Parts: sequence; C-alpha cells; structure tokens
Amino acid sequence: MNLDLAPEDREFQQDVRDFFANSIPEDWKKTVRAGLRLSPENLVAYQRRLADRGWGAPTWPKEYGGTGWTPQQLHIFWSEASAADAPAQFHQGLELIGPIIFTYGSQAQKDYYLPRIISGEDWWCQGYSEPGAGSDLAALRTRADRDGDEYVINGHKMWTSYAHVADRMFILARTSNEGRRQQGISLILVDMDTPGIRISPIHTLDEKHHTNEVFLDDVRVPATNIVGEEGMGWNYGKVLLDRERMVAAATAMFLPQTLRAVREAATRRRTAYGLLIDKPEFRAKLAQVEIEAMAVQAMVLRLMADAAAGADSGPRGSMVKLRWSELTQQATALWVEALGPKAQHFAALGDESELPDDMPFALKGALYARVTTIYGGSSEIQRNIIARRALGL
Amino acid sequence: MQFAFNDEQQMLRDSVERFGEDEWSAADRLKRLAEGREGTARRWAQMAELGWLMLPIAQEEGGLGGGPVEIMAIMEGVGRHLMTEAYVSHCVLAPALMAGGGDHCAALLEQVGAGQVRIAAALIENDDFDVAAISARASAIDDRFKLTGAKTHVEDGADADWYLVSARTGGAPSERAGISLFLVPSGAEGLAIQRFRAVDGHRHCSLDLVDVDAIPVGAIGEAADRIEAALERAIVAHMAEAVGSMEAAVAATLDYVRTRQQFGAPIGSFQVVQHKVVDMSVACEEARALMMVAASQLASGGDASSLIAAAKVRIAQCGIAVAQQAVQLHGGVGTSEELIVSHHLRRQMMLDLAHGDRDHHKARFAELTR
Repeated sequence: MNLDLAPEDREFQQDVRDFFANSIPEDWKKTVRAGLRLSPENLVAYQRRLADRGWGAPTWPKEYGGTGWTPQQLHIFWSEASAADAPAQFHQGLELIGPIIFTYGSQAQKDYYLPRIISGEDWWCQGYSEPGAGSDLAALRTRADRDGDEYVINGHKMWTSYAHVADRMFILARTSNEGRRQQGISLILVDMDTPGIRISPIHTLDEKHHTNEVFLDDVRVPATNIVGEEGMGWNYGKVLLDRERMVAAATAMFLPQTLRAVREAATRRRTAYGLLIDKPEFRAKLAQVEIEAMAVQAMVLRLMADAAAGADSGPRGSMVKLRWSELTQQATALWVEALGPKAQHFAALGDESELPDDMPFALKGALYARVTTIYGGSSEIQRNIIARRALGL
Repeated sequence: MQFAFNDEQQMLRDSVERFGEDEWSAADRLKRLAEGREGTARRWAQMAELGWLMLPIAQEEGGLGGGPVEIMAIMEGVGRHLMTEAYVSHCVLAPALMAGGGDHCAALLEQVGAGQVRIAAALIENDDFDVAAISARASAIDDRFKLTGAKTHVEDGADADWYLVSARTGGAPSERAGISLFLVPSGAEGLAIQRFRAVDGHRHCSLDLVDVDAIPVGAIGEAADRIEAALERAIVAHMAEAVGSMEAAVAATLDYVRTRQQFGAPIGSFQVVQHKVVDMSVACEEARALMMVAASQLASGGDASSLIAAAKVRIAQCGIAVAQQAVQLHGGVGTSEELIVSHHLRRQMMLDLAHGDRDHHKARFAELTR
C-alpha cells in the first residue's frame, strides 16, 4: 500500500476532514472512546447523515448504493472518522447481511433491503448463536419447516445484539437434518414484528442493555425470505469471513480514540508526584499500548493492500481480530487505571452526587471489552482458525 | 508460620461459609443486590449477633481481640460468596485507626462491635492513594478543631455514621509529619457528602468539609504511621477476600468446562482450555501462599510493610487475571449478570483500587526495598 497519498486522495482526505470537522457532539465522544455503542437513535442519526452525503455504505460497490471507494480511500475515511471521535457504523446490516444479500440474494431482496440498510431505515440483528451453539455454531437447532409458501420457524436464539431495537433479523435455521451438520442450514430473513417472536433482555456486567435472547414460536415467514438456496446458509456465512476482515480492520482503526481518552485522563489526574502523565512508569505503559496499537494499524494497512490487490488475506483478518480485541481490553483497563480511586464511583446515589469525569464510560468500556475476545469468533476459535488454515496444523 | 487454621479458626470459617451459603447464594445474588440498604442492615445485625463485628476490636475496647488470621478466616468466606457488607472498612480499618484513642473512641467502638454504628475512613485526596499526599487542614481554636478540605474517595463511606478524616495540623502536602486524625459525625455542619455505587455493589462517597467541628483521635501531628499500619491490616483482610473470590471463580469455571458441550465434547477436554484453567489454579496458589505469609507476618507483629506491598501487587494481578479468564472460558454467559463469574471480575477490579492499586504498591515496594 502506498503511504504517500496521491493528489486525488489528498483531496478526498480534506473532504472527509471537512465532513467530520466539529460535527461530533461532545456527549458522543466519551461513549465512542470507551468502545461502547451510541444509543440506537444516535447511531441511526449518524447513519442518515453519512447516507445524505452518499457515504452510507463505505465498503459496498457502487452498483448497490455503496461508495465504491478504493481500499486507500476507505483507510482515509476510517482514519479521519477515528480522529474526529466519530462512531463506527453499526455493522450488522452494513457489513454482515448487506453483502450476503448483494452477493446471493434475489433481485427483489436487493431492491428492497439494500437501500433501507444504507438509509438507516432498517436496523438488522443477527440470529445465529443459540444456548447450545456458540463457538460450535453448526450445533444450532432452530428449525424452519416448509409449509406451503411459508417457513415455520421454531427455536431459541441467544446473544442477539440489538434485537430489542431491530426491525429485521437474519437467522440461521435448520431446514433439513440430513447429511453433515453444516448441510441443511438455511439463511432466512425475518421481520421482527412477525407474530411468535419474543425478546428477553440479557443483563450484562457493564449494566448496558445491548443483547437478548430471542424465542421463536411458530414464526411464519414467506418462503421468498430465504437467501439463496435452501440448505446453503452455512456456505453463505463464509462470505462473512471475508467481510469480517473489513469489520476487524475498521474496528481496529478506532483504537486511537481510547488511547486519547487515556492520555487526557492521565493529563488531568494530580498525584503527589505531579500529573500522572508525567510519571515515567505510566508513560511507559501508555507507550507500550500505543506501540502495539500502531502495529495493529500497520496490520490493517496490509489487509487493505490485500483487498486492493484482490488477494486472499489468509489468516490476517483473524490476526487483526485477535490483536485488536486484546488491545481494546488493555486500553480501556489503562483508562480505568488512569482514573485511580474515582473509578470506584460508577453510579451516583442521589441527586446531590455528581459522577467524576469519564465515569461511568471508562469502566463500562473496560467491562464491555471483555466480550470482544468472545464474540465474532472467540480468541480460542481465532487461534484454531490460524492454526488450521494458515499453519496447516 | 501458620498454614492451617486451628480448631477455633476453622469453626469461624465454617460459620462464615454457612452464612454465605444461606445469605449470598449465587442464584439469589441479583435479588440480594436489589434489596440495597435494607438487606445490608439485616445481615449486618446477624453478623453482629454472631460476634464477627467485634472480633477485630481490641479486648480493652470491648472487642474479642481477633488478629489477622481470624480476620482471614472471615474474609475468605466474604470473598467466596462475594458478600458486599463492608466488613473491612468498618470492622478492621476503623478499629485499627481508633485503637487506644481514648474513652470517646472506646465508646464508639463498642457500638461498632454491636452493629449500631458504622465508621468509614476518609484518608485520600486529589486522586492519589498516598496517605501523606493530603492538604485538608485542621485549625485549632482553643481546644477545638475545625476541618476544611476535600476527600475524594471514602471506601464504603456512603452509609457511615462517622468519618475518620485525616488532615494537616502542620507540615506541607506530602510530608508525613503534621498529619492528624479526626472523627466527624456524618450530620456535621459544613460537611457535604456525595454518594456513589461501585460496580461491585459497594457504596462509597466523597466529602467536602468547610469549617467542620472535629474530634481528634490519637496524638496530634503523628497520625501517618498509625494510618499506614491500619491500612496494612485492611489490605491483608482484602487479600483474603481476593483469594476467596479467586478460588470460587476457579471452582465455577471448572464446573462449567466439565459440563459445557461444544463440538461434541465437554470444552474442558480441549487442551487449550485445560491449560488456561491450570494457569488460573497456579495463580490461586501463588496468591494464597502470599496472602497467608503476609497474614502470619502481620500476626507475629514483625515489620511486614514490604511483604504486604508485594502481596497486594501480586494478588491484584493474579486476581484480575483469574477473574478475566473465568469470564473468557464461560464465553458469552460469562458476561451475563446471571452468572457469578463476572461479579467476581468486578470485585477483583475494585479490590485492586481499594487502598492503593498495583502501581501504587509496586512503587511503594520499590521504595521500601531500596
């Protein structure tokens, strides 16, 4: 990848910079820096703003309403968004189901769903995991039985993030029990207001509602809601592997936001030896995380170069996910450290109590970060993938 | 060196274990937390009846004169069951700060032992864990003292009836000389209290004081050593809590990896999972050994400062790592409120911050062993 920007890229960079200049509200910044998602309303507002500028789907080809940006441009866009404390776009529609629809979906599905993803009109959630099918997704048991022109879906999905705000869900369900476990799994699109769907929140350690259990009880959807062919859902999921390198890359680009928060907190905190940021031990720790974050950014550049050249990235997507998730844990933990005793003040009791700067964001971020080495393929699974696919072990 | 409890200590340990099973079962945890102060008050009264609250108080002040090892027997159980009762703050730290402080202190400590009064220590300022880095001032007017300053964090102070406040009667900020200790009632004029909940359910506060009437405790200008010695007792008690919590988190994880099936086998049959659980159990052993050596050393009355600083650092490192791995090996459910492991993680993170984090005590250790 050419690090010297061509004149047209430089111009593009300026456009993006102008777009973001002074546009991110202060109250978004702390949330974003903690690696936490903004409220759905704010994320939708942000998506609309990008869509109005024609930048709603940065990673999509032009023919489906995307920007058709080169990897170089994408990298510029994410760098500038990160520098401006802009949020990452919500990925489940844009990066997960959208690309599957434009690759395998019917014309009708493309025409209907894709524009609604870009405009922020539809919020998608992913119905994959189940109580008995986490890392071992092929163990899923949710059934979709054909009945005339409909599928009747019965099952229990778990860790369905944002099901409580989503308009639609893409689910993996078993349409056959024949053959290998991976066969007989289909990918089906479900409207969340279909009768028979019950959503139950899962309360998590960061005290923020983002995920749910979803119970499907005789949920009837038109047979035309299947994506591609019946029984091929598992294979379509493989497209995701390729897309996930982009998700990992995009997310890794936002690491410097957290590191800025750490630096600011340490610049504010007074200790007996002066400001925390002036303490050599703390500077060394921050430098270490910053150095590792730079290494991940360099890895992202390589991924982007692969994408530009149309080359297979092999295990690099997994490697970026592994390193990024570890680093977001370290960076948020360092933020908590930088706050010192005040990190114990998580919630105000009574009106007269005012929370310290950065709270509860830093702590919520540090707690939420624990899930990043679990979701989207746990670190253990990522290592298995690298061992098998890249190293041939 | 004592590595086994004697009969009496073992009975105490068993009694705490039963209490924890009855009152803080993992399945009822969310209900317990939702009860808030009422639940705490009920359990505090039970603990008073069992004699635990007066256990660490000196005999001459109406207590049972229990030492670090007896406190350890209690605190391991507090950690195993993640009880949020502020035993260390009210029953270990406050009595240690007030020991030998005269009739007024003795009278208050008797009430502490009976569960009628709660006293919290307001020692730190300016986001610093260093007890000498204080600038709150106490001015003497005739025989009376008035305090002005701000205390940024008071461990378990939200529901206290009295505060033990450190303030300068002399010396410059960061000097050890000139620090004195005072008692201030929570309803005192000129005292503003901001209350906070921590992520582990403990309830803390910060204080702003403007010309608050205060009662001196101990010799004027010489409280630094007393504060540090009292904090060491509190820290050793917290270390026992940390070890109890770590061992419970490992036990829960072992149970889970033996039963959770993925890819047609219990996940505990995979070597990568086995090695992680092994590392967790090694960390527990390391932490338990350090904790017991530190408690014994403190009980024997010898200088334990550098040992306690070292143990505080290493146990925090082990405790956080163990709890993080416990969450990781549980996968998604590890992050849910419903399962106990993430509660252990939250408590371990907060225990690290209580009375000085890893960095603070590492620097302290380096200083003490220079």
